[in-house]
Parts: sequence; C-alpha cells; structure tokens
Amino acid sequence: MTSKILTIATGGALIASALQSCKPKDTSNVVSGNASVKAYVAPGKFDEVYNFVSGGFSGQMSVYGIPSGRLFRVIPVFSVDPEKGWGYSEESKPMLNTSKGFIPWDDLHHVQLSKTNGDADGRWVFGNANNTPRIARISLKTYKTEEIIEIPNSAGNHSSPFLTENTEYVVAGTRFSVPSDNVNGDVPINTYKQNFKGYLSFISVGKEDGKMDIAFQLECPGVNFDLSRAGKGVSHGWFFFSCYNTEQANTLLEVNASQRDKDFIMAVNWKKAEEYIKAGKGRKESVKYAHNVWDESTHTSTSEIKNEVTVLNVKDFPDICYMMPCPKSPHGCDVDPTGEYIVGSGKLAALLPVFSYSKILKAIESKSFDGEYEGVPVLKYESVLHGEVKKPGLGPLHTEFDAKGNAYTSFFVSSEIVKWNVKELKVIDRAPTFYSVGHLCTVEGDSKNPTGKYLIAYNKITKDRYLPTGPELCQSAQLFDISGEKMEMILDFPTIGEPHYAQMILADKIKNNSTKIYKIDENKHPYVTKGEKESKIVREGNKVHVYMTCVRSHFAPDNIEGIKMGDEVYFHVTNLEQDWDVPHGFAVKGDANAELLIMPGETQTYKWVPNGVGIVPLYCTDFCSALHQEMQGYVRVSPAGSNVPLTWSVGTNLPKAEETATK
Amino acid sequence: MKKIIVIASFFVSALLISCGGEEKPAAQGQEAATTEEQPAMAEANPESYDPKRGEGKWTAELLALTETLDAAKADAGEKASNVKCSSCHKYTDERLVGPGWKDVTKRRTPEWLMNFITNPDPMLDKDPEAQAMLELCLVRMPNQNLTDDEARGILEFMRKNDGVK
Repeated sequence: MTSKILTIATGGALIASALQSCKPKDTSNVVSGNASVKAYVAPGKFDEVYNFVSGGFSGQMSVYGIPSGRLFRVIPVFSVDPEKGWGYSEESKPMLNTSKGFIPWDDLHHVQLSKTNGDADGRWVFGNANNTPRIARISLKTYKTEEIIEIPNSAGNHSSPFLTENTEYVVAGTRFSVPSDNVNGDVPINTYKQNFKGYLSFISVGKEDGKMDIAFQLECPGVNFDLSRAGKGVSHGWFFFSCYNTEQANTLLEVNASQRDKDFIMAVNWKKAEEYIKAGKGRKESVKYAHNVWDESTHTSTSEIKNEVTVLNVKDFPDICYMMPCPKSPHGCDVDPTGEYIVGSGKLAALLPVFSYSKILKAIESKSFDGEYEGVPVLKYESVLHGEVKKPGLGPLHTEFDAKGNAYTSFFVSSEIVKWNVKELKVIDRAPTFYSVGHLCTVEGDSKNPTGKYLIAYNKITKDRYLPTGPELCQSAQLFDISGEKMEMILDFPTIGEPHYAQMILADKIKNNSTKIYKIDENKHPYVTKGEKESKIVREGNKVHVYMTCVRSHFAPDNIEGIKMGDEVYFHVTNLEQDWDVPHGFAVKGDANAELLIMPGETQTYKWVPNGVGIVPLYCTDFCSALHQEMQGYVRVSPAGSNVPLTWSVGTNLPKAEETATK
Repeated sequence: MKKIIVIASFFVSALLISCGGEEKPAAQGQEAATTEEQPAMAEANPESYDPKRGEGKWTAELLALTETLDAAKADAGEKASNVKCSSCHKYTDERLVGPGWKDVTKRRTPEWLMNFITNPDPMLDKDPEAQAMLELCLVRMPNQNLTDDEARGILEFMRKNDGVK
C-alpha cells in the first residue's frame, strides 16, 4: 500500500502547522503528524514504562504510565495525606517523626531507582526531603514509604538521593553549609568561612531488606553541594558532586556566589573513605536524628532517635576528595553509561565541559594539581577535561543518556533539550520545551544500560499551554520519542506539585511484583481482629479500644454505646477482605482527623476524641460494593460520668424495651 | 499517491483494517496488556460448562470424599471460616450478606462448592445458580484467596454443619 497516512491529533489547529513551517517556538510546529499514535495506549492496555515523579513542594511522589501520561497513584512520602490517612492513622504518624518532632510537610526533589550492577533493579525508589533533611525508601511491591531516615549535620537536603551502582550507599550532600550539630551554632552569620561546614552523608542500604543506616559522613569545606552521580563501571567507587558558592558568600548568593569563573565538581573516592572508616579513623560525633521504619507484618511504623555518627574530615585524608574546576556555578553532574565521562553543567556557562575518568586518575597520579581549595587538592582543568561542547544553549542543567552514545541536556534559559554525542561532543539535534525545563529523564537514563526510547522534560512554566486556573498554573511534563535521529514531541501533560525530577523504568521489570493483598493470617498487628466473632471493645480507663472488622458491606460492631465525653477512642479496623482492589475507608462525623484507607488484610487505627454528646455516625468512605451506602454505623456518646454501659453489636436491631427507655 | 488525513487516532486501526491490513492496536509496537489475571468472560461455550461441577480445578475424583467426617479438617475449616467467611455467612439458614450455610452441602455438589469458594469471579460470570444468588444478595462474593487446605477444611466444616458424622 502506498497511501500516506497523516494522523492529526484531535486538536484540529495542528493540521495547518503540520503542512507548513511557521514561526519558531510555536508548539504546533514541534508536534509531528503521528504524535497521537505514539502516545496512545488504548483503554485496557498497559503502558510500557513506569515513571516515578517527585512532587516537589507537595512532598509526595507520583506514578505515571508512559507513553500515555496517565496518573496511577500518588504515594504519600513526606507530607500528610488525608486521602490515604498518611500521618493521620496511629500507625503512620511515627513515619513523619524527626529530631524536632512530628513534621507534616516537606519538599521532595529527587528520586532514584535502586540499582544492581548499575542497572535499575525495580526493588525500591528513593526520595529526598529538602527542607528537614531526610531520605525515604519506597517499596515497588507495595508502593508505600517503608523507611525514612533523618540526616544530621545537614541543611537543605537538595543534594540527594544518589545511589552507588549496587545500592551499597544512598548519598546525601548538604545544600546549605551550616555549623555542625554538635557545636554551638549561635555564631554571627558572617563567620561562614570559619564555622560553616558541608557534610556528605553515606547511608548504607541493606542488601536484602533495604534498611538504611548512616555509615559515615565526610566533613568537607563549607560550600553549597548540588547534584551528584556515582561512578559506574570503570569509575565505580567514586562519586562526583557539583559545588557552587565556592566564594563562601552568606548573603545575596545570586550575585555573590556567581563571582568566580569556575567553581568545582568534587570527585570523591568513597572506597578510600570506606577503608579509613574500617580502619577506625573516623571520629564519633554526638548528634540526634530520627530513623522511622514501617513493618509490613504489624502494619505499623516505629520511630527511633539515634545519637551518633562517624565523621571523617577530608582535610585530614587528602586522598579522598579532589576538586575539578568547572565553569560557572555547576548544577548537573552526570556520568555516562560507560562511567568514563562526567558531564558538568554550569548554570551560567556557555559551554558544557565533559571530564574523563581515566584522565582524572592520571592527573591524580602525576599530581597535576593547581593548588588547593580549603585543604582539598584542585586538579588542573585541562588535565581532566575530555572536551567541551561549544555553544550548546543557555543555562545547561541536567543530562541523561540513550543506548547509542548520545547525551540529552536540558537548558533552562533557552527552554530546550539538546542532543549531542558524548565522544565527539557534537550537537545532533535540539528541541524546544514549553517552558523553562529543569530536569529531564530518559528510560533508565542514569544506568549502565539506558533504554532511551522516551525522554520527558519537566517544565516549570506553563502559561498559555493549558486552560487557565487562576494565578497558580500546573507545571508539566513533555514527552519526546527519542528513538530516531530527531527528537519528536508526542505528549504534554500536567503533573502534581513541582515535578522536580523523575525516573523511568521498563514496566516489565516490576509490574508482576505488585502486592495484591496482605494475608490476614500473617497480620501481626497488636490490635488485629481475625474474624467478626473476635470483634470487641476493651476499656482501659478513659482509653477505649474498638476491635472492629469490615467486609463488603458492613462494620462489626456497628452499634456502640457507653462512650463518654473525655474518652479517647481507638478504632482498630481490620479489613477482612482477601481480594485485590477492595480497600475500605473509615471516617467519623465531626472529628478533627482524616479518614483511614484500609487495604485487604490490613489493620489501621483511627483515634477519635468525642467532641459532643449525641449520636455520631461513622461510615465507609471508599466505594466498595452495591451496598456501600449501607456500610455505616452509630456511636452513642454520653456525658462524662454517665452510667450507660459499654455495649456493642452488629445485626441486632430493635433493642429491648428497657434499653430504649434509658434516658 | 493517495494522501489521507485522519482526524483523531481512533480511526487508524479501522482504516488499516479497511485497507486489508491486519487488525493492530492503534499504538503499534505496544505489547498487548497481559490478561492472564482476568477471568474468561461469560461467552465461553455453554456446552463445555458443567453446572454441577462449576469452573475450577476441583472434581469429585480429586476430592475423593469419604462418607464419614474428617474432624481435624472440619475444625481447621471452622477457624478459617470464622476469619474469612462468617462476616457474611451465618451457619444457620438465615441470610446475612450471603446465604446461610445450613444444608448448603445438600443443595450443591462438593466440587461445585470447592470451585465456587476458590474461583468465584469466573463462576459469577457464567454459573446460573451463582448468578441467581447474586441477583438476590447484590454483592459479588469476594475472592478471599483461600489456600487449597483452607477451602478443603471449609467444605468439611460445611459437611459437619449439615450433620455429617
């Protein structure tokens, strides 16, 4: 068949532009004719790729399907989520505990998928809390936050989470240098140079269970640490951190931290640091940080405050860290799939330097130094440089890779993605984004074996792109097909909060691992109710524990009397369902709490402090069956000191006459 | 050369078919969704459906029931029923969410019961008796993910409940 078929997306406005080129930077001329076919996933069909997207100032992480751009789930991480009871159920409250107490919000900026041999292994995804420094580990079986660890000696945990090639460590740098936690921080702000330090934290990750523990911290010069990637393949054992504000300014950084021609990318030999720690060279520092763990068998989390970290001052061990000069406030710092090339992106630079790992080793060996910075040797720029990409665009930020030796770099100021060849440093293609792209990601694009195929640009500004919604507009993701020589934009969709960074993984790696139900037989919650016959109420002083079950479509018990003002009532609700996709919800009228969502086989606890005498309804909030509207109950609240006995029942209608007669 | 402009991608597959092409999903290169988890729908050949046995792995031969009760199995089954079944089924003839269990082993064959409690969704889609109960109760019996041992115990408990000694 020789017919040429042009498929035009439903927006008919695109027809004209597909046929003729017109003014640049008009969306219409960057959407190719068959874009809708490439991004179309028919109803009932699965996407090819999972996309884990940070929620930025929402504090959460969202899960999308690619290429359709369909949103599947928002995973609550660092912010309370009344929709899912996260931070409201008694079981989840400890997850948001910190050394400063319960904190209901944070700012989740970066995600990274766990790795084995440098490839995404689909076990966990990690996320960072920017504001109150923490790292979270999320299970890709349950899509639930399983662990959160706080990071001492850190302030503004933007520089994380970065994983080594076998997830030996998740690493976190500090954005704000600050005085260490164990010294008196009541010092003049302008003593930055003497008193402020930059710490890098190496958090070990359990090989089987993923459990995190702060293995050691490196005390580094006081600068702003920015982005980082671990070495891989040949450069496994190293980390590369971009640093800015090497001017050590403490005010008006936009001017004062932009003075020097070159800041640094700091190369860290973490295997070497590990050796020193094993040899007992670290010093113990007294600090305070929370470590919160979710236990899947008890459906409950615990929070433990820990009191010590081991620190190495890199000044005392001059073969751990080396500074590589990098033009103009480097931001992105990305390592190519072979591990040989490190791409630095100076936010204010007009070129992209690419460093060579083998040259770094040679320069260290031959001591090709250019003095030192705060006690850390500075390598000569020319000795470690593979080459520069000239005039790539304005405001380079981040780079990911495909399977063919190409790199894709985002340019914030010129709002574009530039494709270039890593070895030859030649620009191959450029594509506009709408507008002001920050991070980008390709499929498994930071791994040893990127799939390429799709690229997503995350844009900060969307005015004139969507129907307006008042002063606050959504941010957006723009999907490109990068399988050909030219990048093709195929879809554009809004996101939750700020889609700061995201990663993509092939769906086949994880889609069959999803947990479907929690087995009721394995439920070890201390207040589980295994079967309706076990349901009961136990009063302990003014604390009342309700052992409640739910199943389509009733609670047991669903009539409760004898609750008094001044009581604290704990509804421990067990979902007896053992079928996939049948959660039940639970809410109480007029209560200053959120709802619970209870997964099949799970027990969750809702705390209720009655705030008035009378009849209080409760009901199931998640549409569960044809008789969902019947899934409800009543609690009778009597005044303090009342002699109404504590009774409970289900299925007993029309109480006896004498009970009806009680006032 | 013909130039055809198709508005909205939904028409692409139809067009390919009309041009004599093979039917393909609109998004080519997409692997079809795996549907192994989904039960086969009701259009299955009615000839092959045995309403006495239901659909599932259980047969009379596989069950090999004895006339007398296996008391240990019945006790284990009662425990499992109390956790996973009794929220909706009374052990008397009274209907709660679902029908009461009294005399259920006289109304159904053992293999039908075993298949229904372990494989409810496909049977609710095609079994006339199961569908009649659904019309009455209006709640699809959930799949409680019973193990083979649990299901076998529950059947024995139902037999005990119906007077088998």
